[in-house]
Amino acid sequence: MDMWMKIALAVVLGIMVIRLWPAAMHMMKHGPEGSNEDWRAALLPIAAVVGFIILLILMVRGN
Amino acid sequence: MSTFDRVLAPQQDAVIATNKLIRNTYMLLSMTLLFSVVTAGAGMAMGISPAISMIATLGAIGLLWLVLPRTENSAAGLAVVFGITGLLGLGLGPLLTHYLAIPGGGKLVATALGGTGVIFLGLSGYALTTRRDFNFMGGFLFVGLVVALIAMIANLFMEIPALSLAISGVIVLLMSGMILYDTSRIVNGGETNYLRATVSLYLDFYNLFIHLLHLLTAFAGGDD
Repeated sequence: MDMWMKIALAVVLGIMVIRLWPAAMHMMKHGPEGSNEDWRAALLPIAAVVGFIILLILMVRGN
Repeated sequence: MSTFDRVLAPQQDAVIATNKLIRNTYMLLSMTLLFSVVTAGAGMAMGISPAISMIATLGAIGLLWLVLPRTENSAAGLAVVFGITGLLGLGLGPLLTHYLAIPGGGKLVATALGGTGVIFLGLSGYALTTRRDFNFMGGFLFVGLVVALIAMIANLFMEIPALSLAISGVIVLLMSGMILYDTSRIVNGGETNYLRATVSLYLDFYNLFIHLLHLLTAFAGGDD
């Protein structure tokens, strides 16, 4: 990637960080807190995604 | 109208409104994904350069940040959503051309696309059927996204392959969480505009696909 493209991309990503940061901090401070059961309900499907991706990696490595 | 009906009527209206929002969102999402496939194909056929691809992606970001918020409650918003997704699809052209040029690249792209579809449908279906409120994940997901973006900026200049892989792994997990979060917001009334809801889910799908493709290519021994 050319240097000008890297710089342009870095600027755009930097603007994204600047836009997202206040919202992220606000959500962390004032957002609802999940119970253990809530987190379990969220982490279970995410764990299934991890397992599925490992399966996909094994599939593409097998070829 | 009896007291019973008066109590139930607003609840029924809310359920009908939510169901309509879900139907409109997923219908528009499928249309925008198909449109992106068409524009990505056009980008590949025209052999657009990475510079043009970047300009298209920047154009999509501009529409997303500057135009969509002003048009999201009008018919023009629909055209803006197709503009965003079409430009993002067009921007994928050189990336897909690069991956397809790798030996076995066609299979990698197909596996990544199929895998993204399965993950998306599985997670979105889970959030829709359980109707759980995943709003509590918002802060965690957005902070994670900010950290991932900072790592991406650093790695643009450091070019460490292991960090690039780690970033893709983290983004795949974050996008999986975002699918749960965004779908739950639609189901539980946190999002009431189907154009915004569509764009949110589209971006989850788009980022998941790109980073899953990166991971699969790296682990398959491709040149990425």
